[in-house]
Amino acid sequence: MAQDLSVSIGSLTLPNPLIAASGCFGYGLEYEQVVDLSLLGGVVSKGLFMKERQGHPPPRIVETPAGMINAIGLQGIGVHRFVKDKLPLLNKAGARTFVNVCGTTLDEYVEVCKVLSQADGVAAIELNISCPNIKEGGIQFGCSLNGTFDVVSAVRKATHLPVIPKLTPNVTDVASFARAAEDAGADAVSLVNTFLAMAIDVETRRPKISNVLGGLSGPAIRPIAVRMVWECYQLVKIPIIGMGGITDARDAIEFMLAGATAVQIGTQNFVDPFVWSKVLDGLNDYMTRHKVEKLRDLIGAFDPTPPKAVHA
Amino acid sequence: MYHIRLMPPVDIDATVIANTRLSRDYSVLSLAAPEVGKRTAPGQFVMVKPVGVTDPLLRRPFSVFEVLRDASGTITGISILNKRAGRSTRKLYDLEPGDVVSCLGPLGLPFKPVVAPMEAWMVAGGVGLAPFATLAESLAASRTPATLFYGARTAEELFYLDFFERLGITLVVTTEDGARGTKGRVTIPLEAALKDVGASVAMVYACGPEPMLEAVAKLAARYQQPSQVSVERVMGCGLGGCYSCVVPVKHGNEEANLVRSCISGPVFDGAELVWPSTSLRPRD
Repeated sequence: MAQDLSVSIGSLTLPNPLIAASGCFGYGLEYEQVVDLSLLGGVVSKGLFMKERQGHPPPRIVETPAGMINAIGLQGIGVHRFVKDKLPLLNKAGARTFVNVCGTTLDEYVEVCKVLSQADGVAAIELNISCPNIKEGGIQFGCSLNGTFDVVSAVRKATHLPVIPKLTPNVTDVASFARAAEDAGADAVSLVNTFLAMAIDVETRRPKISNVLGGLSGPAIRPIAVRMVWECYQLVKIPIIGMGGITDARDAIEFMLAGATAVQIGTQNFVDPFVWSKVLDGLNDYMTRHKVEKLRDLIGAFDPTPPKAVHA
Repeated sequence: MYHIRLMPPVDIDATVIANTRLSRDYSVLSLAAPEVGKRTAPGQFVMVKPVGVTDPLLRRPFSVFEVLRDASGTITGISILNKRAGRSTRKLYDLEPGDVVSCLGPLGLPFKPVVAPMEAWMVAGGVGLAPFATLAESLAASRTPATLFYGARTAEELFYLDFFERLGITLVVTTEDGARGTKGRVTIPLEAALKDVGASVAMVYACGPEPMLEAVAKLAARYQQPSQVSVERVMGCGLGGCYSCVVPVKHGNEEANLVRSCISGPVFDGAELVWPSTSLRPRD
């Protein structure tokens, strides 16, 4: 039985649903020596502003139970250097490149997207309106329904590329933000960005990372992220790219059953840079065991019938 | 300008061959990872954690301490010098032969070698001894005159002195309590030695706590010797993906940039690192 892992996001067809998450994969090229980038469904770049950014001083990460808190502060090379130095090499490597776009103002989002629209080989734009770590990192758009609508609308008018706002979980009702993005013309939404978190060194009584607050990622957040994808799936029609603590094929399938069309892997790539082929093998194995011909048939195929009681 | 072409890293579920406790805090963890050993150049590192657990979730970086060989000289694996400092290093200290760890490497840029008449002066503080066993072997092989300045808290924490002596390395040791060698910091005998030589006589290699690295790099610069320092930062991935292990680096008159120590280091030109750098946290 031929297995079809391809999925569609708007006009974009990916050979499989596995996408490297922004901020967890450098500019993709760092991983060329261990991963064939063309085998991935897609690669999302680090967040890019118009200009370079230095980010926060270290320490920038701390490990927490089954997860990590980061506040890198969007260190990055700016969109122009990305287009000049990185994009041609990503194209050469056969990567489907999603560019994570940041802005301090609505105009900056639009300007960055215009630059990318004229570049050769950008598959889609992921709008970062959800970075919890810098005040001017778009969270003011991502935490307001009007702000989300406005920035997606403005970018929608400025580019022909698929527009995928990345949503923050740090709101009361993430599905309403997915709806606002859909209403504004988004092609898809990706969720979740990290959960705002902090960790204190009780010996010194000081923060464990320099920015005090950071974003929690890793397996610790997975059940909350699955719930949020499921909530969004019930409210919007556009595709959902799900993420949050995915470590293996079972986790990826869980997100797809909850309604994700594609999934992103972030923190697990730090743990195991060879994760990609393992998850692909696991997807194939699951499809064989469950006689699934087209992986996309699993999208939203969650059965909410309560489980049977299990007696220990 | 590396003499050795760097090989891409491999990831091995490596069986623990031995975990030799050197003291209450230090152990040498020997791993059956021949493919990592074959690829390693002195100064490179591996990312390690016990296999299949989410606590710890992330791997931790360790310099490759020894490249292990059997009686016929065939490479059988590597060892790391582990010091108990936090949760992860405590778990590694407690491993027994037969346990399995995930071992990704080799990673990072190695030391740039020097050859005679240039001398090699290695400066190690505590667990910072780790990258110098393989460097000493390669210096001995190229018959480069080499000295190890090695500082520890106590005499009991001076390890592998026989190993370096057998390679013909000149040893200068210090302890904080004065029980062996000079009492005090390793920079005391280093500065005394620097005063006695002309400019550009020795490449000063350093690994240890960041204040020591800063002091060594500044001493080397003051006495007009080149230096290479191996830094240790909290590191998430080891491959350039996460941007957590950055250090400030300055080339000439350019402004300082935050540079990833996993792929642009961990070895840096001591004159290009910006001191004092921001806080360094102990490995957890």
